[in-house]
Amino acid sequence: MTEITASNAQEIEDKEHPMGNLGTPASNAKHGERALGFWFYLMSDSIIFALLFANYEVLINGVADGPRANEIFEIGRAAQETALLLLSSFTFGMITISALSGKRNLALIWLVVTFILGAGFIVLELLEFKELIDDGHGPQRSGFLSSFFALVATHGLHVLFGLIMLAVIAAQMLSKGLTEPVLSRLYRVGLFWHFLDLIWIGIFSIVYLPGIL
Amino acid sequence: MFGRLSMDALPLYSPVALSGAAVTVLGALVAVAVLTYFKAWGWLWRNYLTTVDHKKIGIMYIVLALIMLLRGFFDAIMMRSQQVMSVAGEGYLEGDHFQQIFSAHGTIMIFFMAMPFMSGLINYLLPLQVGARDVAYPYMNALSFWLTAAGAGLVLISLVVGKFSTAGWTGYPPYSGILRSPGVGVDYWIWSIFISGWGTTMSAINFIVTIIRRRAPGMKLMHMPIFTWTVLCASIIILLCFPALTVATALLGLDRIFEMHNFTNEAGGNIMNFANIFWMWGHPEVYILVLPAFGIFSEVSATFSSKKLYGYKHMVSATAVITIFSMLVWLHHFFTMGSSAYVNAVFGIATMIIGIPTGLKIFNWMFTMYRGKVRFHSTIYWLLGFIVLFVIGGATGVMHAIVPVDYNLHNTTFLVAHFHNMIIPGVLFGYLAGYNYWFPKAFGFQLDEKWGKRIFWGWFLGFICAFMPLYALGLMGLPRRTAEIYDPSFMPLLVVAFIGACLVLFAIIGMLIQLYVSIKNRDKLRDTTGDPWDGRTLEWTIPSPPPEFNFARVPYIDEIDGYAEAKRKGESLKLGPYEDIEMPKSTPIAFIIGVISFVAGFAAVWQIWWLFFVSLVAILAATIVRSYNDHDEYEITAEEVKEIMESHQGVSS
Ligand code: HEM
Ligand SMILES: [Cu+2]
Repeated sequence: MTEITASNAQEIEDKEHPMGNLGTPASNAKHGERALGFWFYLMSDSIIFALLFANYEVLINGVADGPRANEIFEIGRAAQETALLLLSSFTFGMITISALSGKRNLALIWLVVTFILGAGFIVLELLEFKELIDDGHGPQRSGFLSSFFALVATHGLHVLFGLIMLAVIAAQMLSKGLTEPVLSRLYRVGLFWHFLDLIWIGIFSIVYLPGIL
Repeated sequence: MFGRLSMDALPLYSPVALSGAAVTVLGALVAVAVLTYFKAWGWLWRNYLTTVDHKKIGIMYIVLALIMLLRGFFDAIMMRSQQVMSVAGEGYLEGDHFQQIFSAHGTIMIFFMAMPFMSGLINYLLPLQVGARDVAYPYMNALSFWLTAAGAGLVLISLVVGKFSTAGWTGYPPYSGILRSPGVGVDYWIWSIFISGWGTTMSAINFIVTIIRRRAPGMKLMHMPIFTWTVLCASIIILLCFPALTVATALLGLDRIFEMHNFTNEAGGNIMNFANIFWMWGHPEVYILVLPAFGIFSEVSATFSSKKLYGYKHMVSATAVITIFSMLVWLHHFFTMGSSAYVNAVFGIATMIIGIPTGLKIFNWMFTMYRGKVRFHSTIYWLLGFIVLFVIGGATGVMHAIVPVDYNLHNTTFLVAHFHNMIIPGVLFGYLAGYNYWFPKAFGFQLDEKWGKRIFWGWFLGFICAFMPLYALGLMGLPRRTAEIYDPSFMPLLVVAFIGACLVLFAIIGMLIQLYVSIKNRDKLRDTTGDPWDGRTLEWTIPSPPPEFNFARVPYIDEIDGYAEAKRKGESLKLGPYEDIEMPKSTPIAFIIGVISFVAGFAAVWQIWWLFFVSLVAILAATIVRSYNDHDEYEITAEEVKEIMESHQGVSS
């Protein structure tokens, strides 16, 4: 059988554990490992959203003489939010591409664009919340509205968190350059960002679309 | 400025509560005094508080679990004595206080005793069993621990400042809603498990990635030790089910803080959503706890019978089947809450199906011992006691799965007897066996065997006396969670149950004595071989206690129980030369985030919102600072490794 030495340990490792790099840009095994863990985290997080969706579906008729979905949701604004988020997923892709080809400044520009799009999404969402609350349709109004706010605001908080991570990554790109750890972090923030996009598509189709149809 | 916090929060309203608070504060003060007296703060800081070594983190988890076991047991014996006293007179506990006690007991035992005990054993053993130098994310591992400790701290401080929940460990609305429970008790419950739940989810990710990526070269999945398998399955359940606990507690918290209506009875809320979401976590939780215990029993049965585990492959598939089915039966916790007969029947049958793989496991353990050279060491006593008692618990579990029977029994002490019957022999006995089995690995000397047997008999007989009467009392109609019992015909059995609890008390005191005696005689009990039980798996190939890098040379394993096989054939594990080793550096950040999380939880309970937000920002800042750290490793050269290994005489790793 093979003798293990320091030099061939990694080779054996790769042969024995093919479930490795899951497409990370970094070749380093450690960063592949981090990406793998992040995938598991996203799996867990998606179950949080699944349960919030389920809670929403169960409570959708619990309106307690308050408004129903089709009376309060504006498809126009939801469409704008969707556009911003989808676009930001595209621009995030551009960050990744520029960063991988070593164009730091270009990556930073795309990063700023992504940040602005994400921040725009948050602003629109806050406006919507404010209007609902001003009209007396706040989360206290009914079970339906409680579950709506719980679901959509959880997603919004995730986006906010993503924005903070974007800012940190930008700072690190500036101070450290496109080093392997920074690229590996960028990769994980990217996973997170695209994941949020996916969840939003769920929200748009389950919360907003049926409201107007 | 201080939210809801005022002088009224101090437990001056009742002498019993006051003495509880006094004991807690005194315990903390004694700990501080002892550490100061022995000038141990620096040592503690360097070796434990800032460590990222999975072995030390494992030890801290187990210390936490043992402290919480004491506290949880104290609650139990208070309930037992109250019930006995109430038959003749009134007892010494107010109803409200009794409710706090059973809520704290359940919460502590599940979240802060059993879970940390499990995480501790896994942390210590998992990297050793798969031949790794550490878990995949050492820093996150430390963070997980400190979040768990922060949650435990919140439960402990609830005894001193304010009150704990009266809504049971399950916190059902509407009782746990703000209208019925306006105080801070339920908030303590919510925040303590919310915070520690984050830690648990992160550890699960850590364990899964460690198993997938850090196995020794040559070790295929079907070569992994069975304990590692059960850890993998339990971690998968955690990953998929803890989110449900997070959602249930978060939505309940929103209802309480913002008067929302997710789980209220009015304004369109739906309280059944809570029951469903909570038990989507709650039932699988039992399997999270019991699978690693099964893994330990498997290791113990093989080692102490000097034989291969009977039916390794079947054990693995049984574990996998249990993993899947554990997530499909949650509704059996509320058969009586108005689902249709059809739904109840489906969940009842699904519940019974779990008995099949579990029964298979029991037979495999027995076949492992059959015709083996069984060494009757106290470690295998736990397995034997478990087999006897667990079968009874399984039978009463199937009774509960029969819906009409459950309608009669579900809120009586029969249920209390049943779940203790699963969880004490099934979970706690397993962990105690693991504690006994791996103690010499962690500390380099064995535990005192005479006390080991006494402790076993205390738990075993104590368990029988304490819980078998509850089956009978339940059939006689005694409801659970009852502070005052007037019917004198319940008296004799209640006294037996009380005596049982006292026997367990002896066992718990025995555990402390055993530690003391073993430390005193550690020279006599010393294990110089690293392999005191003639073990079968990789952890026994290295010195006890292991060096910080675990394996000086990466072993090559390509069969089940590779170490035992190598010993049998007289071969080595195909080890290469010494090499330079990179190990993660200690960091205080995980500890700091744990402390701030505790502050955040405390602030949220008392609605001191400014402090809450300051804490959140501080946690974020600490995390960002940490993310700047690209070089958290230091190197041990091959030369140093050689020196360290040669100082362990007689060990051949
Ligand atoms: C050490 C011996 C123990 C004794 C004497 C004991 C005793 C008790 C008693 C008297 C109750 C209240 C029964 C009632 O509702 O009337 C109780 C409830 C409970 N116990 Fe234990 N217990 C012990 C160990 C444990 C352990 C090890 C666990 C879990 C790991 C545990 C988990 C629970 C839970 C979850 C409840 C339900 C609390 C509630 O109703 O909310 N117990 N126990
Ligand atoms: Cu269950």
